[in-house]
Amino acid sequence: MATIELNNITFTYNKNTPSAVCALDHVSLKIDGAADGITGLIGHTGSGKSTLVQMLNGLLKPDEGQVILDGTDIWAEPKKIRDVRFKAGLVMQYPEYQLFAETVREDIAFGPKNMGLTGDELNTRVLEAAKFSGLSHELLDKSPFELSGGQKRRAALAGVMAMQPKILILDEPAAGLDPVGRRDILGGIRKYAGESGTTVIIVSHSMEDMAMYCDKLVVMADAKILMHKTCAEVFSEYQKLTSVGLDVPQITRIASALAENGVDIGADIYTVDYAVKQLLKQRQRGGVS
Amino acid sequence: MQKTPIIKAEHLTFSYPGDAESKPVRALDDVSFEIEEGSFTAILGHNGSGKSTLAKLLCMVNYPDSGELLLCGKDLTAPDVTEEDILAARRDIGMVFQNPDNQIVASIVEEDVAFGCENLGIPSAEIRKRVDQALEEVGMTKYARSSPHNLSGGQKQRVAIAGVIAMKRKCVIFDESTAMLDPLGRQDVMNTAMKLNREDGITVILITHYMSEAAMADRIIVMNQGKILRDGTPSEVFSDPEAMWDAGLDVPQTTELLYKMRKAGYDVRLDLFDENDCAAEIARAMKRAREGK
Amino acid sequence: MKSDITFGQYVEGNSLIHRLDPRMKIVLSILYIVTIFLAKSVTAFALLTLSAFLLIALTGLSPAMILRGMRPLLFIIVFTAVFNIFWMTGDTLLISLGPIKIYLEGIINAVLIILRIVLLIVATSVFLTYTTTPLALTDGLEQLLAPLKKLHVPVHEFSMMMTIALRFIPTLIDETQKIMNAQKARGADFSTGNLLQRAKALIPILIPLFISAFRRADELATAMECRCYTGGEGRTRMNVLRSTPKDWAAAFVVLVLGAAIVLANLYFPLYGLTL
Repeated sequence: MATIELNNITFTYNKNTPSAVCALDHVSLKIDGAADGITGLIGHTGSGKSTLVQMLNGLLKPDEGQVILDGTDIWAEPKKIRDVRFKAGLVMQYPEYQLFAETVREDIAFGPKNMGLTGDELNTRVLEAAKFSGLSHELLDKSPFELSGGQKRRAALAGVMAMQPKILILDEPAAGLDPVGRRDILGGIRKYAGESGTTVIIVSHSMEDMAMYCDKLVVMADAKILMHKTCAEVFSEYQKLTSVGLDVPQITRIASALAENGVDIGADIYTVDYAVKQLLKQRQRGGVS
Repeated sequence: MQKTPIIKAEHLTFSYPGDAESKPVRALDDVSFEIEEGSFTAILGHNGSGKSTLAKLLCMVNYPDSGELLLCGKDLTAPDVTEEDILAARRDIGMVFQNPDNQIVASIVEEDVAFGCENLGIPSAEIRKRVDQALEEVGMTKYARSSPHNLSGGQKQRVAIAGVIAMKRKCVIFDESTAMLDPLGRQDVMNTAMKLNREDGITVILITHYMSEAAMADRIIVMNQGKILRDGTPSEVFSDPEAMWDAGLDVPQTTELLYKMRKAGYDVRLDLFDENDCAAEIARAMKRAREGK
Repeated sequence: MKSDITFGQYVEGNSLIHRLDPRMKIVLSILYIVTIFLAKSVTAFALLTLSAFLLIALTGLSPAMILRGMRPLLFIIVFTAVFNIFWMTGDTLLISLGPIKIYLEGIINAVLIILRIVLLIVATSVFLTYTTTPLALTDGLEQLLAPLKKLHVPVHEFSMMMTIALRFIPTLIDETQKIMNAQKARGADFSTGNLLQRAKALIPILIPLFISAFRRADELATAMECRCYTGGEGRTRMNVLRSTPKDWAAAFVVLVLGAAIVLANLYFPLYGLTL
């Protein structure tokens, strides 16, 4: 299980020009893969979360501070930054736009091949990744451009999973999908995290999805980390979230309205099923005044 | 209330042609409905349910295989329909597409808003007036001379909407226009769509798979496997969550909570989408249940 | 995070030159270029140089910036200078070192030719690239060439293509960056290996980029159709270019300059230019 440590990271775009924008301002963060489960990263556009994600796999180099993966500073040997990318796999937004090979199989194999894998090992990796991402075998020999939208997304996901990174970072993996598609892909990722022991970080704007699939949340605002707590703790700080332009799941707002109506089921409500459970508990307790 | 249908579809059928490897796909199967002028209708459906195909028929990018399609009373599927009739109908129906980037033509915001009017051959001074008004209406006056490239997704969509306003169209179809936006951008676009409908009386058709957006409409048409599965007010459509789940859709969390409470034995209404109303209803039901004991 | 890409060399401003009608600016730059080629004597060039300084002053641009813009042409400038100094013969021998003979005429010629190149660049950049947006230039060109439509030259189509290209260049640059990052995240290596390996490494970028460009083109075509675009016929424009007295005054000034240059050539033919 991998751990991620960011030590006092600062990063500015267009440094030393009039259009300089500070995207990360002395950010420190520690994610312990084993203990933290799936981590969700939230924040509105421009809060610095995309920059943070690109720090983790060395696509961007911090101006100040260190990125430590599994105890090693990733920029200690800048020439070996490519190895960091195999360790910290990044699935970017709309990853289906990166597909290029003649067959899905070859596309998935691109990453592992770059790692120097060949033969059976390569083949096994491709098959395993396809299985995890929910891509059926007969699709592997098709051209990636013949697949449906949802299948393309899975193929792209498999391309990163096949590198068997210790950390998997996904930027809006469910963007543009319908409710069933969202559930399938996010549920699949959760299952993958559990079975493969990969440390997973999901970036998303959907509070409902985050509440359903993540264990801990990192909230970013104005190039800083505002909170890093469990879902229940984060969503119970309703005001703090709305003050930085973020929302809470609708059910959390309903729970807060219920409290105003004299039915207090606690501030840590973020899924409907949990709300129902708490409400029914109230009945057993004989209700409130 | 006015009762002129701006769109009337009768038994529309459309299939995508198959190729050597695949069979033709029937995307729309005997679809009939009417859209009243000035209404706000949401079309819901999972990916592949036929909702985007429907949009493409309505703006005449694709033509139905069979059935009748009347836009503003003009039958566009009649055998004697001419290219000019189609062009004329296009003037009244605008589209805002999913990808904000791929519908902006000019590299200056106001030039893009003017594009449609220029195509219609409207005199320059009139275009200027309309463009200024349209930008004002969507709150983008400040960016009139900016490059669209530097705008956020929500802002780009508002530029596209301004283009529709400037053309004085009677009906706008939003084809998953919020799918690629962040929450703020989505809110921006939804607010503008509501404003178009409420203040200017423009007919709005909103194709989406966000339940919260559909709940804001007057009417929801649910598409599934190329057919209309449900057609009614949001209260009517969402009051059967099981059917929605079966169609690969969701219901707002208010409805889900009320539904699950009802299943647990509480006597609650299902048609409340406001969080406060929903909470009040549950509180009331719980109180009643206690007193009844 | 958006990278701030400016392309072309347009510099925001509100000077007299910025505000001229783009059609007039195209005509003016042509007139000015003709004038530059008319100049034959040192006096004529002195006059032209003076006018160029005035012109730059009028735009409010920094001369240093314009000079910096000439860096790519440095090689041509140096080459012509050297060529003229060493190969040109004349009456006044200045230096004679074995086979190398340098004449005064050669040096003057070299200076004048450098001046000519520099002035040509100043003329086009001041009138066109620095003070006119690419979009305005396209518009100006379309309207100037409008009479050619009668000869079935696709003037409107050409200008529409330019407009769309200008609109999508920054979008595609962003997209390239995104695809590069995505492939880098899968371990793609663009910076090592021999030429062939590096060319091969571009495939994972180029294919998605082309596919995306085609998809964009397709969607844009649909969007344009939905916005009632049917080609140039019957189209009006919001911004119609109008020439103001300022434009005609500018044209007059340039014509006077041209006449002055011709006169200077005739009456003050100090060290005439050959070539």
